[in-house]
Amino acid sequence: MNHSSLYLYRTFARFMPRLKIPRKVNNPPKVKGFKPYGVISEGEKLDPVILNYEEYEALKMCDYDMYNHHQASIMMNVSRPTYTRIYASARMKIAKAFVEGRKIEIEGGKVYFDSNWFYCKSCGCHFNNPEINTSVSACPLCGSSEIEQHFEDTTTSQENINDDMCVCPKCGYTKKHMRGVPCRNERCPSCNTPLVRQNP
Amino acid sequence: MKIAITSQGNSLESKLDQRFGHCQFFVTYDSDNGTIEIIPNPYHNVEEQAGALAVKLLSSKNVAKIISGEFGLKVKPMLDSLKIQMIILKDDSKTVQTIIEMLNKTYSKEE
Repeated sequence: MNHSSLYLYRTFARFMPRLKIPRKVNNPPKVKGFKPYGVISEGEKLDPVILNYEEYEALKMCDYDMYNHHQASIMMNVSRPTYTRIYASARMKIAKAFVEGRKIEIEGGKVYFDSNWFYCKSCGCHFNNPEINTSVSACPLCGSSEIEQHFEDTTTSQENINDDMCVCPKCGYTKKHMRGVPCRNERCPSCNTPLVRQNP
Repeated sequence: MKIAITSQGNSLESKLDQRFGHCQFFVTYDSDNGTIEIIPNPYHNVEEQAGALAVKLLSSKNVAKIISGEFGLKVKPMLDSLKIQMIILKDDSKTVQTIIEMLNKTYSKEE
């Protein structure tokens, strides 16, 4: 999202649909799509079904890695209902392709790819690991093995620009809202009041 | 393996540029034979898409790692899908020469 679109969103927020939160994709698909073979009714060319990256990822998380919707939604950085909608859409598209004998093309969607980030203690640099299958043992810059995994990616903080907060209505305690966990289920640590959502 | 470093000037004494797409020069260092190449960044005055254009330029040169101060939001997923490693160094007092020396030590140890 660039500044002009953010400006537009803040100004015309009442008239615009909510912005989609970028979904995190850990394992992009190995293939670009699937083709049916032995088609019985030849002649007419059918349009392919476009399966988005996020839908592929949702299907993989739930049916291949056997996570439940709640765990999978946290890994994709969306809320649980959003995850379920993405998953339902993926199943509908695949069923349509199977029944009608259409091609499946995997492309598009509002996603970002995430690789692991590391921090080197000796030279102070951050680096990522683009090869998911190999593990990192040393810093690529100074060769030091004093590295640690870096979870909170400071460089993507711009992306969380419209992140909401959970606020205690009584004492003003605030914490960052975590997607997938409703604010009302969380309690203020000092006065035990259910928290409420606040937009920045 | 080729490593690209963003630089503020066209000599090895110049400092690391903190921007990726809008940097002045790219210095590529080949760790296999030690050759250094300085490429002026044609996109450093471009207003939009400088990062994406720079990624195309560097990927055509088969760069495996890029050292810079920061990578933009559009650039990160592109480099991720191209399997190019990003190294973020927030220390702008380091010169290109010192970074190349550090790399030299690291990769001569490995072989």
